[in-house]
Amino acid sequence: MDCCGGMDEHDETCTEVKVKEGIDAGTVAAAKRLESENYSAGFVTDIEMEFAPKGLSESTVRFISAKKGEPEWLLEWRLDAYRRWLTMEEPVWARVNYPKIDYQAFYYYAAPKNAAKYKSIDEVPKEILDTYAKLGIPLREAEVLLGVEGAAETAATAREKPRIAVDAVFDSVSVATTFREELKKAGVIFMSISEAVHEYPDLVRKYLGTVVPATDNYFATLNTAVFSDGTFVYVPKGVRCPMELSTYFRMNAESTGQFERTLIIADEGAYVSYLEGCTAPMRDENQLHAAVVELVALDDAEIKYSTVQNWWPGDEDGKGGIYNFVTKRGDCRGARSKISWTQVETGSAITWKYPSCVLRGDDSVGEFYSIAVTNGRQQADTGTKMIHLGKRTKSRIISKGISAGKSDNTYRGLVSIHKKAEGARNFTQCDSLLIGDKCGAHTVPYIENRRADAQLEHEATTTKLSEDQLFYVRQRGIGEEQAVALLVNGFVRDVLQELPMEFAVEAQKLLEVSLEGSVG
Amino acid sequence: MLKIENLTATVGEGEDAKTILNGLSLAVPTGEVHAIMGPNGAGKSTLSYVLTGREGYAVTGGSATLNGADILALEPEARAAAGLFLSFQYPVEIPGVPVMTFVRTAMNAQRKARGETEISAPDFIKKSREIAKVLSLDPEMLKRPVNVGFSGGEKKRLEIYQMMMLEPRFMVLDETDSGLDIDALRTVAEGVNALRAPDRGMLVITHYQRLLDYIKPDKVHVLAKGRIIKTGGPELAHRLEAEGYDGVLAEAV
Repeated sequence: MDCCGGMDEHDETCTEVKVKEGIDAGTVAAAKRLESENYSAGFVTDIEMEFAPKGLSESTVRFISAKKGEPEWLLEWRLDAYRRWLTMEEPVWARVNYPKIDYQAFYYYAAPKNAAKYKSIDEVPKEILDTYAKLGIPLREAEVLLGVEGAAETAATAREKPRIAVDAVFDSVSVATTFREELKKAGVIFMSISEAVHEYPDLVRKYLGTVVPATDNYFATLNTAVFSDGTFVYVPKGVRCPMELSTYFRMNAESTGQFERTLIIADEGAYVSYLEGCTAPMRDENQLHAAVVELVALDDAEIKYSTVQNWWPGDEDGKGGIYNFVTKRGDCRGARSKISWTQVETGSAITWKYPSCVLRGDDSVGEFYSIAVTNGRQQADTGTKMIHLGKRTKSRIISKGISAGKSDNTYRGLVSIHKKAEGARNFTQCDSLLIGDKCGAHTVPYIENRRADAQLEHEATTTKLSEDQLFYVRQRGIGEEQAVALLVNGFVRDVLQELPMEFAVEAQKLLEVSLEGSVG
Repeated sequence: MLKIENLTATVGEGEDAKTILNGLSLAVPTGEVHAIMGPNGAGKSTLSYVLTGREGYAVTGGSATLNGADILALEPEARAAAGLFLSFQYPVEIPGVPVMTFVRTAMNAQRKARGETEISAPDFIKKSREIAKVLSLDPEMLKRPVNVGFSGGEKKRLEIYQMMMLEPRFMVLDETDSGLDIDALRTVAEGVNALRAPDRGMLVITHYQRLLDYIKPDKVHVLAKGRIIKTGGPELAHRLEAEGYDGVLAEAV
């Protein structure tokens, strides 16, 4: 359904309708596709894997480091973190309940056999290519993405659409990174972090762990000890990254934890938009995912980081599902820099995640846009921290929580204005929508202010999806499921608009699927 | 033809259930406009909700058919697809959903249910523009979320806009005149009259005779105590306006 043909009154409106148009078509298509199955990403890929010995010990850490042929400093960093982790306590302040995690019950490294790094599409096992095709990353595109010779014609076709470079992470390793050569021409480094350690050791060493230190928190420290793979991005001075970058995380192997580490640096005046997507098979046991993402924006740089998280949430009775304990933080290190987090969280049994901004540079800006959906027995405790250190720093938080089924959804956020943050400003808006009467929505805002001239605004609403609205929409001929989706879309609209177009469509589908069966 | 026979309905559950419609019978032939008048609490709004399938109302007896097909067994959206439209007394706000998106989604859902093809974007826009003009609606308003921040009069005009867009077979107008000043009333009535057609029926629920000066009914029914107690021509509305309901109520006992 293309729109612009007739909707030409104003450009501005056209864009507005366009997003909506795509979404509507996507919603219908998604509903059709998913009639029989709620979680379409829940399949398992049957492929021979190589594992680290089960459990966690110093030798596990050494095993992972050796697998990647890491330099000594990195191994030492890991070992320090591991030893520190042994002395730490798992945090309990979040509003989530789960049985104690047995950290010896997981594999900390799992990789398809011979996955050192596939040099061309022919080397990537068919099972893995099929997996990504099934998840909506088609093969032909994958060829183009891999930059394999002979795929030039396809590349021309692909160019008509907005292109996205993909780093595909399968369990513990990156299996393919696309458009690398082309990005390199622009000076942009886009590769797995394991490779970056070898190819750009100075850059990695300069920034790794400077935003989220090894000592930061229980899960971040664990990640530092055992992180497997993730993405490294460096955008040089004054470069506007010519395409969207993305990483697609896939957890496949049984009893395996995924500990990815992502590091993105935008040098002075650079701009990059990065997308992250995640899925995992349906499994009865709980899988652990503890990632660390670090962003650094230097003077006048801007980083836009979007996530669509669709980890397996467990079944209706709360069996299985991903435990998602993630530390994401952006450092607006330079003056006038800007970092935006946009997240759509629909999956995971437990979500514990607070993408934050440290507004260090004067006049820097931090943004957090979030849609968190919980259904069934899911529990989400998510929000952000905006740490205002520099002068005239500004932050904006828009959080939309949607609870259905027997789930619990908590927004937890901190706005902290430090002594030197002259004229700092924050605007926070937290809206919760309840569907049904067995779910919970909670808002926990913390504010620390040490400046009399700070301007802080906080708005919070909690509404129930009303029968009046539902009936009104259905009376116009729209079926119940579609009516719920429409109302929910309306509720999250201002956040959806922050997402890149392709992601907005995907997010839209996810919302509908996640809320299937939540009424009636 | 909308045909209601001996309809009884309750609102509420268990011991709290209250009978609101009590053996109501009524027939509106296709092509005619009938008015329903009645005192407060007579069951006027209940009738509109029972016909359109709102939750919380239970039909305990009788039947209602539209062009021969039973509508009471259908889901609300299926009734809408069958051509039944309710202009709400209190239109509902839908934050974040622009009017045009809403109406187009509804139109295509109905078309799909009837096995018809979707309307194209240009055709939709064209139609929307024409109708907005008839109703003196600012086109900018149609890009805003449904009913959010609209005045009472704007909300009512938006109901008529939706009605004209969706072109239902049978329309129920619930107190469409409430909250309208005389100019808005005239505009709304123009829209409604534009939809009068030999293949379309209409039930106009109102408290006052005023609306019926603009939308001239073929018949007027008086609803009280959950049933139709008197039926007459347009003159009946004038009589009620002059004498109030007491006289008719007394006759009916």
